[in-house]
Amino acid sequence: MKPTRVSALTGSLATLALVLSACGGGDIEKETEANESQAAETGDCGELNMAVNPWVGFEADAYVVGHVAQEELGCSVTYKDLKEEVSWQGFGSGEVDVVIEDWGHPDLEKQYFEDQGGDGSAMDAGPTGNVGIIGWYVPPWMAEEYPDITDWNNLNKYADLFETPESDGKGQFLGADPSYVQFDEAIVNNLDLDFKVVFSGSEAASIAAFEKAEKDKTPLIGYFYEPQWFMSEVPLVKVSLPEYTDGCQDDAKAVACDYPETELKKIVSTSFMESDSPAVGLIESFQWTNDDQNLVAKYISEDGMSAEDAAAKWVDENPDQVEAWLNAG
Amino acid sequence: MTATLERPPASAPAPPEAPRTRGPVPRWAWLLGILAAWIVASWIGHGKATLYLPGQGSTDVHEWFTQLKRDLIASRDDNLLMQAVGAVSDLFGGAVEQLQRFVSVDAYPRPVPQIGWLGVLGIAGWVALAVAGWKHAVGTVAALATVGLLGYWNDGMDTLVVTFVSVAICLLIGLPVAVLMGNSRRAYALITPVLDVMQTFPSFVYLAPATLFFGLGAPVAVAVTVVYAVPPVIRVATEGIRGVSETTVEATTSLGQTPWQRLTKVQLPMARRTIIVGVNLTTMAALSMSVIAGFVNSPGLGKPVLRALTAGTNQVGVAFTAGLAIVVIAIMLDRVTTAASERSEVLARSGGTDRRTRWIVLGVAAIAAGVCVVLSRRSLSLADFPDTGVGDTVADAMQRATDWTTDTFSGLTTWLQETTTTLFINPLQDLIASSPWFVTGTALLLVALVLGGRVAALTTLVCLAGIRLTDLWYDAMVTFTSVLVATVFVMVLAALVGVPMARRRMVDRVLRPVLDAAQVMPAFVYLIPVLALFGPGRFTAIVAAVIYAAPVAIKLVADGVKQVSATTVEAATAAGSTPWQLITKVQLPMARSHLVLAANQGLLYVLSMVVIGGLVGGGGLGYDVVLGFSRSEYFGKGLVAGATIVLLGIMVDRVTRRAAARRTTSPSVRSALVIGRSSGLARRGPLV
Amino acid sequence: MTEAAQDQALRVDGLWKIFGARADKIIGTPDAELGRAELKERTGCVAAVKDVSFTVAPGEVFVVMGLSGSGKSTLVRCLTRLIEPTAGTVVLDGQDITSASEARLRDLRRHKVSMVFQHFGLLPHRQVVDNVAYGLEVRGVKKTERRARAQELVDLVGLTGYEHSYPDQLSGGMQQRVGLARALANDPAILLFDEPFSALDPLIRRDMQDEVVRLQAELQKTAVFITHDLNEALKLGDRILIMRDGEVVQVGTPAEIVAQPADAYVRDFVSDVPRSHVLTLEYVMRPPEPTDSLEGPVMDPDVVVRQAARAALSSAHPVQVVRDGELVGIVDDDAILRVVVAEESVPA
Repeated sequence: MKPTRVSALTGSLATLALVLSACGGGDIEKETEANESQAAETGDCGELNMAVNPWVGFEADAYVVGHVAQEELGCSVTYKDLKEEVSWQGFGSGEVDVVIEDWGHPDLEKQYFEDQGGDGSAMDAGPTGNVGIIGWYVPPWMAEEYPDITDWNNLNKYADLFETPESDGKGQFLGADPSYVQFDEAIVNNLDLDFKVVFSGSEAASIAAFEKAEKDKTPLIGYFYEPQWFMSEVPLVKVSLPEYTDGCQDDAKAVACDYPETELKKIVSTSFMESDSPAVGLIESFQWTNDDQNLVAKYISEDGMSAEDAAAKWVDENPDQVEAWLNAG
Repeated sequence: MTATLERPPASAPAPPEAPRTRGPVPRWAWLLGILAAWIVASWIGHGKATLYLPGQGSTDVHEWFTQLKRDLIASRDDNLLMQAVGAVSDLFGGAVEQLQRFVSVDAYPRPVPQIGWLGVLGIAGWVALAVAGWKHAVGTVAALATVGLLGYWNDGMDTLVVTFVSVAICLLIGLPVAVLMGNSRRAYALITPVLDVMQTFPSFVYLAPATLFFGLGAPVAVAVTVVYAVPPVIRVATEGIRGVSETTVEATTSLGQTPWQRLTKVQLPMARRTIIVGVNLTTMAALSMSVIAGFVNSPGLGKPVLRALTAGTNQVGVAFTAGLAIVVIAIMLDRVTTAASERSEVLARSGGTDRRTRWIVLGVAAIAAGVCVVLSRRSLSLADFPDTGVGDTVADAMQRATDWTTDTFSGLTTWLQETTTTLFINPLQDLIASSPWFVTGTALLLVALVLGGRVAALTTLVCLAGIRLTDLWYDAMVTFTSVLVATVFVMVLAALVGVPMARRRMVDRVLRPVLDAAQVMPAFVYLIPVLALFGPGRFTAIVAAVIYAAPVAIKLVADGVKQVSATTVEAATAAGSTPWQLITKVQLPMARSHLVLAANQGLLYVLSMVVIGGLVGGGGLGYDVVLGFSRSEYFGKGLVAGATIVLLGIMVDRVTRRAAARRTTSPSVRSALVIGRSSGLARRGPLV
Repeated sequence: MTEAAQDQALRVDGLWKIFGARADKIIGTPDAELGRAELKERTGCVAAVKDVSFTVAPGEVFVVMGLSGSGKSTLVRCLTRLIEPTAGTVVLDGQDITSASEARLRDLRRHKVSMVFQHFGLLPHRQVVDNVAYGLEVRGVKKTERRARAQELVDLVGLTGYEHSYPDQLSGGMQQRVGLARALANDPAILLFDEPFSALDPLIRRDMQDEVVRLQAELQKTAVFITHDLNEALKLGDRILIMRDGEVVQVGTPAEIVAQPADAYVRDFVSDVPRSHVLTLEYVMRPPEPTDSLEGPVMDPDVVVRQAARAALSSAHPVQVVRDGELVGIVDDDAILRVVVAEESVPA
């Protein structure tokens, strides 16, 4: 490097350093001081790391709880956009404190729950109050046009309706986002249905497919679930499979029954649960209904609000419920 | 004149090629014969021994790898390697965090970052002025301001921070490796395949395990970005160092220089321009990871893109706006680093008064930038980028545009999807995937032999054997089918668009920026509209791959046709050729080496979209990788699916390159094959 | 330093270079005696230099000549181990190069020997003066000092005014002058030239040859000069070594080579050379006879025929060839004319 360049570089760096150190005043300064004094006042909730799994319902739960923790308890909340698996991994390293909506991950529980032989880095923090209904759904126009389609016994009758170039001459069943625990290949097989499971690959793809099917009035059947904001846009109709009985899903290859209704639960890191953070009580007592979640989810996905704004709006509109969570803890 | 015999090449001469097809039976006849035999065999054995594995099925091989990961997680508290890596990753995590506090995250107790937007514009403008000249300084400021106007100032800054830290680490690792490879044939031979794997192995596969080592957020984002982005700078810098004139190295060695002096005074200065080209490619590659890194909570523009994706068709406009910010940043970085490479020589030579003027200008500009920084530290409105609503307007407009498009063309697109799938994809898949595996394997081997010779056939044999061992043969063949169909589309598009671009300056001027943008626009942005148009399925995956791969192929074809000598075109015109004859009989055949290169690049780009295709119903290996990423119990399946993609990539790459090498002796195309594999924005310069 | 070493600036003994795997195993076996093609077929190795020995005296210009592929460029690279010889020794200025350590070798390259290359090998990113100073730079000479020294050499090779140009701004001839200046900057005892002028136009080539003759007269360096051009070899060389397929065919003065070619290969080679330009009187004189006139001009036996021709022909008496005051031969008009006009080499 030539000496002129060196001197010019050091010169500019020196200027920069000077500028950074020497300035003061202005409106930023005032806010800085305000922040400093405020920091002394609020309680020491510390940090709260909320995983945000990639579906809108989850986002609704996470941001509502996060909003309350931040505003009422003074926690510094960090939202981390992660898939389920990676979130659970984060419990052990302290990078994730809470997974606020869990649909049941037997494999992960085995790995991380102490009572199931795991390393004990994660634990169950009780239900969210939401009930997950997983199952086979058709767009509303089909349920109207073919009323008896909602009984699995009639599915073979309509199989050819669902035939697509993807499905090898059988009816196409749209399999779900690979993140979800699903037994559709086994169910099709064991119920002797004339269908082939074609995987959508992602939730976004499934939603796009159902939306298109309703709009174009094309036949479609596939895995879906509620609570899910999309249901308020296109109320999919559930097809009943043979009723769920305890243990009928234990052998993944032999499944021939419907999915159970799932109590959605909160999963937290053990070290967080054992800390004295005031947020622990909030997480434990947080509970709401499917309608509550759907409302916030609608704010986000349909009204295009940011998750923060949507959560703030719901919290403002439901002070009693929030109060109840805080007092219970 | 020169003594050519005196320095025989140290490497062994190339093994003899397969019998040349110039003999009595032409190449195409061989291919037709193989195809016919294949069809017959496939018809006889249809559906038998296809090695089909259900989507949610897995085998012992897969379980073994899954268990490996479980053990890894179980051992994480006392695994020394993980602790060590964790310590290192804390370093670059810390670097990102510090930089963030300067430009994008509130530096508490300050309500804003240390440097506000005005200060950042000042500094960025100054840097661009210093390395690339005043035009690029203006461009840089305009680009960053656009990111702010779109409403993504903070996310944009985060993306820049992660990109810069990643590129810095890439250079730190890459340049020494390049020096090693440039000076040692053995290192070159050993490391090149590693680079191939790093570039083709889908990052989705190692994203989750990488978080175990590196931790969530910025550190793991930097780590996976470095893995993907470091090969280009290594490859190109190696070529640069190897390309330094041998006489010069010899001459300076004869003066008694030490190896270190050779490196610092001869090789690196002489390779400087090429190395900066490598920096450009690495920067582009790093930026292209910004969305995928969002899956592990990397700060940056990946977050809004992915979040909009989960909200479905309503948020396409938002995703598009965030994607646009990425495009703007990409084009800015590309132009600045390209200009920096072109200017490096000029700058090094400018002497005397030129140099003095330059430093005076830079000094004055530095003061101006300093003033911007000061102001941005004092006033809230100069620190926080003002919300102008431009982003919302753009998002609304895009939303309406995509809604209109999906509403209007829905019928047409459904028809297109169904017809293409029935007429092309299904028959081809029947042939490739639904034949007994040994039939398909033999057929592919023979095709490789005819196209690429014995060496290519040997590579194919090894790759196919590897694929057979992963227990994912059927899925691999489904993916292979889609890749072939997509590549055919890409090449058709490349010819349809590339030829007019080469023949008409105006067309080129209009299309090139569009192609550049399409190439850097994250695929996640257009997945939803494509889904809305075509519904989930293999065709949709193919469409997404074509959108991604076509720009690079189009540009290559355009450049190839353009470089056909003007004299030849004149002569053909003088002989009375019609424009059609000119294109088909002169320009395209003479651009053949570029066409082959375009096909090679097209194939590899399409292959790199296999995982994305898995997200939209493409099935095959893409689905397996996504499944492995999403569900811990399928990790092993995802891992071997990733390896299978690498094997497919090596197979198609080697066969096309051998085929190309047998027909072209053009050194520029050969070097382009090396550099071209380093992805990034295809260059308009002499490289591609 | 022994006396022998003092009158040998360079001694090469039994030098071999074989390219290929396990090349060192070949020397000493019957395979080493094989011709190139057979060796290649049997072992896959190529013998570029086969058992070459010669010595060069201080101040001498020693030319190695051969066609493409004769091994001459490999030979010159072996002298400073730019290419590692397979076997044999090279003693340069009394020091054994072949066994020198890396550091020792570097030291020799920095101080004792420099090389000029066919394709110049200049650093494109450096100005002329910094190219010339490169050898000084790598051995740690201070900037002002080396620049001053470089400037002297730039002046010496006639490039004054181009100090701050970049190589690609110069013509080929000028670039090679830079190469020459760079080689001289180290003040080496020995200069090696690897076909330095083959890449230049004929006219410029002649200028550069004259330049070398001029510098040689001025600086009195020992030089090993590689060329494939016989005329260049004859013009510059005090002695010439002719190589074919890596082997020495003949070593001798220009006149010896032309007058007494070792074999048909060399004869064929030198057949086009104008004898009168090369042969000295020694090769055309006849023994004196008592009847000879002793009034003709007196000349040294080393005088080239062409230079003697005018004086000899204008005199009515034959030339007396005198060495050390003793009459050793007589050259008459007939002998001169046979060489100059009829191009015969050996007197009848």
